[in-house]
Amino acid sequence: MATSLPKTEGGPALSRSAYRRSRGDVPFRFVSTASGVVLLAIMAAIAVFLVVKAVPALQANTSHFLTELTWVPNATEPVFGIGALAFGTVISSFIALVVATPVAVGVALFISHYAPRRLASVLGYVIDLLAAVPSVVYGLWGVTFLVPFMLGPSKFLNDYLGWIPIFGGDSVVGKSMLTASLVLAIMILPIIAAISREVFLQAPKIQEEAALALGATRWEMIRMAVLPFGRPGVITAALLGLGRAMGETIAVALIFPATFTISFRILSPNGNSIAANIANGFGEATDIGRGALIASGLVLFVITLVVNTAARLIIARRKEYARAAA
Amino acid sequence: MTVQMGIKPISAGRRVKNGVAQVLVYLAFAVAVVPLVSVLWLVIRNGLKRFDIEFLTHSMRNIGARDAGGGAYHAIIGTLEQVLLASLIAVPIGLLTAVYLVEYGNGGRLSRLISFFVDIMTGVPSIVAGLFVLAFWILVLGMTFSGFAGALALSILMMPVVVRSTEEMLRLVPNELREASYALGVPKWRTIAKVVLPTAFTGIVTGVMLAVARVAGETAPLLLTVFFTDSINEDPFNGPQMGLPLYVFGQSALPQDVAIDRAWTGALTLILIVMLLNLVARLISWWRSPAKRG
Amino acid sequence: MAKQIEVSDLDAYYGSHKAIEGISMTIEPRSVTAFIGPSGCGKSTFLRTLNRMHEVIPGARVEGKVRLEDQDLYGTNVDPVSVRRTIGMVFQRPNPFPTMSIFDNVAAGLRLNGRFSKSQLDGIVEESLKGANLWNEVKTRLNKPGAGLSGGQQQRLCIARAIAVRPQVLLMDEPCSALDPISTLAIEDLISELKQEFTIVIVTHNMQQAARVSDRTAFFNLAAQGQPGKLIEMDETSRIFTNPTQKATEDYITGRFG
Repeated sequence: MATSLPKTEGGPALSRSAYRRSRGDVPFRFVSTASGVVLLAIMAAIAVFLVVKAVPALQANTSHFLTELTWVPNATEPVFGIGALAFGTVISSFIALVVATPVAVGVALFISHYAPRRLASVLGYVIDLLAAVPSVVYGLWGVTFLVPFMLGPSKFLNDYLGWIPIFGGDSVVGKSMLTASLVLAIMILPIIAAISREVFLQAPKIQEEAALALGATRWEMIRMAVLPFGRPGVITAALLGLGRAMGETIAVALIFPATFTISFRILSPNGNSIAANIANGFGEATDIGRGALIASGLVLFVITLVVNTAARLIIARRKEYARAAA
Repeated sequence: MTVQMGIKPISAGRRVKNGVAQVLVYLAFAVAVVPLVSVLWLVIRNGLKRFDIEFLTHSMRNIGARDAGGGAYHAIIGTLEQVLLASLIAVPIGLLTAVYLVEYGNGGRLSRLISFFVDIMTGVPSIVAGLFVLAFWILVLGMTFSGFAGALALSILMMPVVVRSTEEMLRLVPNELREASYALGVPKWRTIAKVVLPTAFTGIVTGVMLAVARVAGETAPLLLTVFFTDSINEDPFNGPQMGLPLYVFGQSALPQDVAIDRAWTGALTLILIVMLLNLVARLISWWRSPAKRG
Repeated sequence: MAKQIEVSDLDAYYGSHKAIEGISMTIEPRSVTAFIGPSGCGKSTFLRTLNRMHEVIPGARVEGKVRLEDQDLYGTNVDPVSVRRTIGMVFQRPNPFPTMSIFDNVAAGLRLNGRFSKSQLDGIVEESLKGANLWNEVKTRLNKPGAGLSGGQQQRLCIARAIAVRPQVLLMDEPCSALDPISTLAIEDLISELKQEFTIVIVTHNMQQAARVSDRTAFFNLAAQGQPGKLIEMDETSRIFTNPTQKATEDYITGRFG
């Protein structure tokens, strides 16, 4: 390793302040600090410019942006609101989360505590591959394969569980909230699984052994020593997954029926999301239309910001927990 | 006190619970792999139909949605240029930010703030990055839709990934190495440039490749910044371009079978590019790890 | 309650590496047996084969027989889970469950093994904490997390947790190595009391401790680094420390190596 060090002739070691004053150091320090500041500036600029371009459209709006359901911003009397879109975004992401989290936790446990050790890293890589597939490919797969495929199971749910309001309704289609949510679930599964796997692997071996030595089965050991330890990590992972699901655009843009209604019937031709609406509506948007889309993007930005911040705060608190316990 | 004789087997209920949990865990893994297999299988099967020379060398100029033929040459060129430009923007900024966080930040208030926002930036939806470039570059500054505008949006998505992976690699560089260099009287910036960065080099390259792979498949930001074209536009600074993800999106939104076929082949090409980048990244890190131990 | 353990010709492996070889011994009931020997001699590994904890480590396996009275722990129909239920263990580093209260830590093993009424649980927890000489220190804060106790208290909590399920044998793997001298003394006193009821096996690095607490001592050694550890000799503790038959034992206890 020492061979990679640059050679300099003799001379005593310099104190910290001495090399800080070295000629090249000031610009280098400045440039790297500036890069960090640029990152902060970009985040600020995103908020500022979205607001700047949203305001004129919001002023032209003849309805109330936060409560209005319809989206007709290109008309001479623009009427648009975030209501139905925000509803669709939240509901589809929530269903995706409910579907993906248990599976992802199972996958994480499989890799951390069940699979043979040699196989585990390979299988972990297979799950990571799910994350590497571009979202547009999931969209194409969803619209050509999953949408027709889901028609059968959806009819089944409607026939036999139709008395549960979310499965009710008279018309059952493949292009539904449920199908879009399933695609989202597949897309966020690798993120939740990867983070959960990491925390499960970090569960202290000494407590796992304590549980086993008491005569716990593998599952009881996991419940006593692994899941309580991993819970904050899994919550964080789920929140990050939720943020990802809310912002996902292309895959669901192809699947959502793009309606502007609020309905809990997830098998019926209802559903849309902020991101999908931007992708689908941008092509024909006028000036006001673009501003309206930007305004909806601003709402999406704020929602994902809140979700991600919550996730990061849990991680930060967890670190202090770990440090305090050590 | 009851006297227990010998080793008593555990209750059937506990054994069943343990068994059920095991089955569910195995099942979860199987359930997760099913969509992956399905996606890859369909992409390969349907994509190979049109995976030919014409597809790789022709654009969609003068080809209607109903016509067979046509290709994605214009989209492939666009994607390569956009990703290259995005990397040229994001890699230096990301790299230097990581250097700041590891070497200069010292856990101060600014470095903690930057670190926090790097995490938050990771969660910015890609469509929001596109909207931002649309609002700032195209609507406020009055620039045209272009490959470069798309590259700007992609670079926003790349930056946090580059920062995090580089940061991780820089923290792996042992402090003794830095101190040995300081002890020789080498200034800090030269120590970073000549000792720290070269030591972490392969790890950083791996991280950059993974970041490139991530943004190469992004569609949403391109939609708002690069727009659409069916013709070849080799100039990323002028006028609408195409990108491979956009091409897949555009073709898959059409009802005709020939368009869907083109979409599948586009998807296959895209996955091949992304997987190739992933593979190269893994190979670099794999090639590096035995050297690290040795 | 307390039972005799008989080990015959036992080998233990980590993957292809043989950690201990050809160990046979008898561990007497209602007594304290100490395992001593230099680092890496396999004494902890051997201890972990006595309740089938060794095989928890990926790639680890055991050959040979361990009999608890007339039952082979490694018999084909024996579930390792029930072996561990019958033979309790205390570890080198105190390892209470951090998310559980003191009460729940002690009750953890009981709750696995069946339903108990609240009053039954209260009774056993109190009895176990008293048995571990911890009751007076924690009786007012049973609902506080176990991680808030001092190191010595945590280790006694772990002992209480282990004895709460009424095991027939209690294995202790260097239970005092992470503790200060006063806590060590408290644990040693406790061991002397516990042997009235349990068969106790203790691994220790500290020869004075072995001399103080044990009735019988087994000395383990290995020929060279990478070689499997072997049992050199086993006898009454007083004999081992005053008049060992093997030269290696004498060298070790007089501090000439290890």
